Amino acid sequence: MSIWYALVDLLPFQWAVPGAMFFMKNALLAVLVITPLFGILSTMVVHSRMSFFSDALGHSAFTGMAIGALCGFHEPTWAAVVFAVLFALLFNVVKRRTALASDTVIGVFSSTAVALGIFLSTLNGRSFTRFNALLVGDILSVEPAKVGLLALILLLVVLLWLASFNQLMLSAVHPALADSRGVRVFWQETVFSVAIAVVVTLSMTWVGLLVINSLLVLPAASARNVARNMRQYHLFSLLGAVLAGVAGLMTSYYVGGSAGAAITLYLAVWFALTFLVRKK
Amino acid sequence: MSFHLHCGEIAALIGPNGAGKSTLFRSILGQTAYRGKITFSPAGGPAIRLADGAVTGGTRPLVGYVPQAPSFDRGDPVSVLDFFTAATARWPVWLPIPAKYRDRAAACLARVHGEDLLNRPMGGLSGGQLQRVLLALALEPVPHILILDEPLSGVDIEGEHQLLDMLDELRTQYDLSIFLSTHDFATLSQFADKVILLNRRVLKSGPPEEVLSSPEFYETFHLRMGKGGVE
Repeated sequence: MSIWYALVDLLPFQWAVPGAMFFMKNALLAVLVITPLFGILSTMVVHSRMSFFSDALGHSAFTGMAIGALCGFHEPTWAAVVFAVLFALLFNVVKRRTALASDTVIGVFSSTAVALGIFLSTLNGRSFTRFNALLVGDILSVEPAKVGLLALILLLVVLLWLASFNQLMLSAVHPALADSRGVRVFWQETVFSVAIAVVVTLSMTWVGLLVINSLLVLPAASARNVARNMRQYHLFSLLGAVLAGVAGLMTSYYVGGSAGAAITLYLAVWFALTFLVRKK
Repeated sequence: MSFHLHCGEIAALIGPNGAGKSTLFRSILGQTAYRGKITFSPAGGPAIRLADGAVTGGTRPLVGYVPQAPSFDRGDPVSVLDFFTAATARWPVWLPIPAKYRDRAAACLARVHGEDLLNRPMGGLSGGQLQRVLLALALEPVPHILILDEPLSGVDIEGEHQLLDMLDELRTQYDLSIFLSTHDFATLSQFADKVILLNRRVLKSGPPEEVLSSPEFYETFHLRMGKGGVE
């Protein structure tokens, strides 16, 4: 971390002074780790039409938090990770075994998870307000250890992308064709949805539940406006996510307001810009 | 059901919807459980069992599969090169693609006269062009059996002629068995060596003229026998 602090102190910002403002420096590093994570995952969330699914995962993560808090865990996040992963696995199994359209299955799962979360968190007449922080998120409260954990997750996602992006893309394009070429479609989809579950849950506290799905949708949605192949698709998705992340954090610092929401607004601007120059 | 496919032969599978055409294909591809036995006799080698893993000798046949054209959105950022490389190589297509994969994809597309399609987006291809890309993919590596699921639907007359000419070229060039399903009876006798009429079981199998004039054919498709043929 000291190397990072020394680096940031070189920046010409009011808060970039040695020995102080560590929360802002931590937050910037967190943004530089979180946004590429979402930029990468976003490409396949949009390509596989999973934006509704990732939204539902966010809700299930909240329920996991409620369960964790109810059980009195010091770190309810881990309960949330476990719950979100179970949610993703169960969803994949049910989707494979039912004739219902996948958005219907997601609707069933999502509403159940939210209802369970609200019920558990308000049990015994407790107030829901202590979960408000979760809905909005607070990137300025991130600790170095958490940034380290997110960096580890980023590394794992990059490894996953190196190892199995081709199979994942082929599964999304044409499951039967993918299968005929030896791709295990079900496992590819399951591993990917577990990855989303873990990333969404671990970053929820910092980004905010209400806007987290926009980070999974907007970067790739914008990239699709202009990209003609997979290289450009990833480039524009990553670029949009990181730029919006840094700009959002700065804006939030100077004018106040939630960083997560500011990042989302910048992503919306990124979408509008790419829409204006979209390919014909 | 029982039937034979030979090398260098084009066989057409016909039958009403729900007759089991796709299920039969999936069985040959090993994607679904089935009862019975599918055996493969490589030239000069012993017969081996297919798709259940128990190989007793020789080599397992390679099955090339051309699925019914998948739908791409017009805006899908997937180029033909991306699609091809994703299906045939481990190199992740979100990284710059090395020349050797590019060259190989171009060479495979050349087999179906589609060299110029390499950098086109998949979503911008016509039905016939998409069909050719899928065919090029099924031919890499060159299979023993080539399966095409409804290759003539969604393709215009010109595309249809191109495709049939290409299949004719391929079977002589690579000596492979071609097995396709179709609803287009009019062109059957121009390209198929054998027609298999399926409706949950093989009702009739033989040369096109024989199957198309059989009572089983008329009965299956609820056609009346007339002097001029199909009414």
